[in-house]
Amino acid sequence: MFCCGWPAWSSHAGLSADFFMTFELFIQYLFAGITYGSIYAIVAIGFNIIYNTTGIINFAQGEFVMLGGMISISLLSFMPLPLAIVLAVGITMVVGALIEIVFIRWLDTPSVLRMIIITIGISILIREAALFIWGENVRSLPYFVGNEITTVGILGARVSPQVLWVIGSCCVMVLVLNIFFRSTSVGREMRACSANRKAAILCGINTRNMVTLSFVLSAGIGALAGCMMSPITYTQYDNGTGLAIKGFTVAILGGLGNSGGAVAAGLLLGIIEAFSVSVVPLAFQDAIAITILLLILFIRPHGLFGSKEAAGLREF
Amino acid sequence: MMKKLLAPLILVAFLVGIQLLCRWTDTLYYLTQMTMAGYYSLLVIGLCLVMGYAGQISLGHAGFFAIGGYLSAALTTRNLLPFQKTFLVKALSSAGLLISGQDIYGEKLLVVTPWAACIAAVLIAATIAFLIGIPVLKLKGHYLAMATLGFGIIIYRVVLASSYFGGADGISAVPSFKLLPGLTVNGSTSDRVQNYYIAWTLVLFGMFLLRNLINSRVGRALRAIHGSEKAAESIGVDIARYKLYSFVLSAVFAAVAGVFLTHYNGSIGPSEASVMKSIRYVAIVAVGGMSHIWGALFMSVILNFLSLRGVFGSYDDAVFGVILILIMLFAPNGILRIGLGAKLKSFFQPKGE
Repeated sequence: MFCCGWPAWSSHAGLSADFFMTFELFIQYLFAGITYGSIYAIVAIGFNIIYNTTGIINFAQGEFVMLGGMISISLLSFMPLPLAIVLAVGITMVVGALIEIVFIRWLDTPSVLRMIIITIGISILIREAALFIWGENVRSLPYFVGNEITTVGILGARVSPQVLWVIGSCCVMVLVLNIFFRSTSVGREMRACSANRKAAILCGINTRNMVTLSFVLSAGIGALAGCMMSPITYTQYDNGTGLAIKGFTVAILGGLGNSGGAVAAGLLLGIIEAFSVSVVPLAFQDAIAITILLLILFIRPHGLFGSKEAAGLREF
Repeated sequence: MMKKLLAPLILVAFLVGIQLLCRWTDTLYYLTQMTMAGYYSLLVIGLCLVMGYAGQISLGHAGFFAIGGYLSAALTTRNLLPFQKTFLVKALSSAGLLISGQDIYGEKLLVVTPWAACIAAVLIAATIAFLIGIPVLKLKGHYLAMATLGFGIIIYRVVLASSYFGGADGISAVPSFKLLPGLTVNGSTSDRVQNYYIAWTLVLFGMFLLRNLINSRVGRALRAIHGSEKAAESIGVDIARYKLYSFVLSAVFAAVAGVFLTHYNGSIGPSEASVMKSIRYVAIVAVGGMSHIWGALFMSVILNFLSLRGVFGSYDDAVFGVILILIMLFAPNGILRIGLGAKLKSFFQPKGE
C-alpha cells in the first residue's frame, strides 16, 4: 500500500491536537495537501485519458508512477538528473505502449469485467517485476534544489522547494495537456475518439492508434509525477495500488472523464487528508480516501462536478 | 439421480484416495496443505456464486475471510478478566459463553468459547456484507470493482492499525475449536487426518448447498441477472434482493472459512486481509470458468495446494498475475471450457456434415 511517509517539513510542525491552529501551521498543512493533491490529480487525469478513449479504467495506472520514480533513480547513477527524468518518462511511455499493444489492442469488444481483471493482472506483473528488479528497498531521487532541510518561506510557513517543483510541474502538465487536446490535430482526433468512436472511424481516424497514444500519454504524465514526488514521498515497488485507489477516488469525485474536475477533486482530497492528520491517526489515513470514495459512489456516482443527465447515459 | 450424484461421489473418492495414498507413502504432511486448500476452496466457491452466477465482481472477499478469522481469534484469545464486572461480560458468563483458560505464560484468562466466537464472527460478517451490499451492489463494472476493493483495503487497514487485532503481528496462540466431543479443529499432527476430513466435509456441504441453490428458483434468477439485468428486472426478478442474497451467502462462506482456518493454523496475520489475497481468489474463480463451481473447486484445490507447498517460491503473486492475464486473454470462460472437446470433435468429423 501507499504509505504516506510524512515529510520532514510538516512533522516538525508537530501533530498538535490544538483545535485552533496557527496561521503558519494552516499554510503548512495547506501546502502538504496541495502537494499530494496535485499528484492525485495527475493520476486521475491518467485514468481519464484512457477512460475517455477506451471506456477502460486502467488499474495499472499507479504502477506507471512507481515505474517513473524507480527508473529515474536507477538511471541517475549514469547521467545527470534532468536527463534521467526525461529518459525515465520516455521508457515508461514505451512500457505503456507495449502494454496496450500486447494485452489490449487485439481484443474484440472485451467485456468490462474482462478488462478489469486484465489490467489488475498487468498491475500485479509490473509490481512483481519491480520487486524482482529493485527489491523491497525504499528509494528516492535527491532533492532537485538543495536538500531535505532547505526551505523557502511562504506566508510565514517553511516549505521545501521540492513542493514547489511538484505543484509547478503538475500545473504545467495540466496546461500542456489542455493545449494538446484543444489545439493540436492529434489531440482533437483523440477527443473525437472519445466523443463517438464510430464517427471517428468514419472520419478516417485510426482509433486503435489513438488508444495506444492514450496509454502512452497517461504513462508519461504518471511517470513524470512519479519523478517529481520521489524526493518527498519516496518510491517503493508497491506504491502503485494506493495511488491508483486515490487517483480513482479523485477521478470519480471530479466526474469520470472530466479532467478539470479531477484537478479540483485532487486538491480537495489532498487537503482533506493533510488536515485530517491532526484528527485521525496516521495509520487510518488511507482509509479516509477510501471512505470518501465509497460515500461518493453511493451518493453521487457522477461526481461532485459532473451532471446527472450526462452520467445517466453511462453505465455505473 | 445418478448423474447428480456422480460429481460429489468422484470428489469423495478422490479425497479418500488422497488420504490413503498419503498414508501408504508416508507423506501425511501433504494433508496439512490439503486441509488449508479446502478452507480456501470454501471461500472460492462462495465467490464463484457471486461472480459467476450473479455476475458481480468482488475484490474484497479476503476482507470477509479476515473478519471471520480475526473476530474468532480475538474473541477466543483476548482476556475479559479486567472487564469481569461489566454487565456484558456478566451476561455472557451466565449464558455459559465464556470459558477460563491459561495463556502461554500461565496467566489466567477469561475468553469466549470457540463456538460462540464462531457464530458471532460469522453473524457479524454476514451483517457487514448485508450493510455494505445494499449500496455497493447498485454499482456496476469499474465502480463495483473499486468499491469492493476499497472495502477490502479498509478492513486491511483496520486490522493493521488496531492493537486489538495484533497489528502487523496478527493474533497467535488461538485455541483449538472443539466442534463435537472427539472432533477438534486444531493444528496438531495427531489430528491431521481428522482435520482433513472436517475441512472437506465443510466444503462438500458448501457445494451441496450451492448446487441446490443454483438449480433452484434463486439460481435461475441469478443467471437471468448475469445475462441481462434489465431483462431480468422486466420479467419481475427482484435483482437487488437476489444479488444481495448471493453476496451475503458468499460472505458467510468466506467468514466460516476464515474462522476454521484460523483455529486450524492457531494464528492469523494481516496478509490474510490483503488485496492480493482477494485478487487471488478472483483469479481462481476466473481460471475455473466463472460460472462453474466444480471448475472453481478443482482449480482452487490445485492452485492453493501448489501455492501453499511453496512451489511458486517468491513468484507466488506473479504466478497469479500471469494466470489472470492469460486466462482473461485466451480463455475468458475458464481453462476447463477452452473448447478442447468441441475442437477435437470438429477435428474428427469430416467437414460439411
